[in-house]
Amino acid sequence: MQEEEVFVTGNEAVARAVKLAKPNVIAAYPITPQTEIVEVLARYVESGELKSEYIHVESEHSAMAACIGAASMGARVFTATSSHGFLYMCEMIFWASIARLPIVMANVNRALGPGWNIWADLKDAMSHRDAGWIQFYTASVQEAYDTTLMAFRIAEDQRVMLPTMVNLEGFVLSHVMQPLRLVDEAEYDRFLPPVRIPHALNFERPHTLGTLISPEHNYLVQYDNNRCMRAADDVIAEVEREFERMSGRRYGAVMKYRCDDAETLVIAMGTLAKEAEVACDSLREKGEKIGVLRLRQLRPFPKAFLEEVKRLTAERFIIIDRAYSSGYGGILAEEVKAKLYDLGLKKEVKSIIAGLGGQDVPHEALEKMFMDKRGGEVWFGV
Amino acid sequence: MVWSMSESDEGKHEIEIRIHSRGGQGGVTAAKMLAVAASLEGKYSTAFSIYGAERRGSPTASFTRISNREIRKYSQIRKPDCVIVMDPTIASVVDVTEGLKPGGKLLINVGNNSTDLERFRDYEVYAVDATRVSLRFDLKVAGIPVLNVPMVGAAARLGIISLDSAKQAILKVLGGGSVVTSLARYAGTTALDGTESLPSTMRKNLMAAELAYKETKRLNGSG
Repeated sequence: MQEEEVFVTGNEAVARAVKLAKPNVIAAYPITPQTEIVEVLARYVESGELKSEYIHVESEHSAMAACIGAASMGARVFTATSSHGFLYMCEMIFWASIARLPIVMANVNRALGPGWNIWADLKDAMSHRDAGWIQFYTASVQEAYDTTLMAFRIAEDQRVMLPTMVNLEGFVLSHVMQPLRLVDEAEYDRFLPPVRIPHALNFERPHTLGTLISPEHNYLVQYDNNRCMRAADDVIAEVEREFERMSGRRYGAVMKYRCDDAETLVIAMGTLAKEAEVACDSLREKGEKIGVLRLRQLRPFPKAFLEEVKRLTAERFIIIDRAYSSGYGGILAEEVKAKLYDLGLKKEVKSIIAGLGGQDVPHEALEKMFMDKRGGEVWFGV
Repeated sequence: MVWSMSESDEGKHEIEIRIHSRGGQGGVTAAKMLAVAASLEGKYSTAFSIYGAERRGSPTASFTRISNREIRKYSQIRKPDCVIVMDPTIASVVDVTEGLKPGGKLLINVGNNSTDLERFRDYEVYAVDATRVSLRFDLKVAGIPVLNVPMVGAAARLGIISLDSAKQAILKVLGGGSVVTSLARYAGTTALDGTESLPSTMRKNLMAAELAYKETKRLNGSG
């Protein structure tokens, strides 16, 4: 009889989810703060608890190449990375999505050097925003586990067939221990059908993958990638509903906290959104009408976000970014502003750049920044 | 016995604990044991250490947050309600009361050091010789006395967790210490009488926790 609740780190939670998904192949290279994920998986494989082929590669580029090779043969595959490791696999990251391979990857968000820094920063994932991967950003140990469980189902859905990335912030989530409610293995087996990749290489029906394609066809491949990414938005919502039926836990592309009557809407991702909820509660007690809208999903950019923004009456938007596009702006802030234009909505927008390279962002500091009525861009600590 | 938490605001129904230890002494595990104990009492809890690389022997800190509601704070703990000093030599090199709230609780492993406790008179001070307790039960890893188990037992004297929860948490955490070992191995052992069925190391750990609890003395105020 399996225990229902354990007390583990975000990293171990991801490894436990992967164990349930039983990938045929795991190919990964350790890097702080992701290391625990691949270590725990390696032990599961060594002890025979998990019957995956574990490929010990010499680099992240090879890790993703091995994932691509295995998925091209129809295998369920998993890898995990972070920061420089992620960037080292960059070429293969794009290959995986254009080849429409449902690889699941956990990325433990960490800053980029130099000025060696091992702490939380979303730049590693945000710099791959346009790589054609589905991107989730999680905010608790439970959510990292649940999202990894859902990621396999979403990636492998016949309407999607796209690689999927589950992000958890380095240390603040990867190394924090929280109670974790486990999903029953038999129930999860029913939730996740066997993987079937329609274009997998097959000796019975020989074909090739990845040959030269002409200008007459390349744009169609890209068009197709986007079509499936758009379709993924509805599939994700469907999978989240089914996951709720199995686990009792509800997720959506946007998670709202005290938003309905809010005059000020804070928009953020990951753990900073949770910290913002604490600031929000304190400001509510002081009579401020403020709410927090957390984006769990950056790609596909969720329709649900647009629907909520149309419906909600807040006139002031505060957007928190843990990643920055130099010479342009906070990445999430700029995406939200572009979508407001599409909707024909003019809002007062304030962009807060906070938490870069693991900068500690206490709720008291967020509260002060939320109360500062000036608009424009503010860098916390500058 | 259990710390009463008011429902009025987040700050009040939450307890933040900082543990001072040296790398390799099991400070992170102590933070986890406290969090698991609180969790067994139906509370929310998280445990973490100083985010970053650690070195064996160097001063380090780990943390536990306990709350009546979901914990949404991921920022560092700067103003703890309670400080636990596992290593008897650390108070002379680290400002262990930094940020500790006035009247906050301070639990110190005094070891055989003549730690000057008078300077902590603004706090509610508890003292125990956890090193001696650990050595008495021969709790050693790589020749170093294990301090987390007795200190978690002693922490039960602070009223944050009960001794029963502390002992159950010690069983759970030590039983599941290896990620491969099924966490369920000792999980069924909730009745703490009849621990004869436990492996002798487990039994020794529980006895150490209980002895440290009994030997913990409050140095000022009542109780």
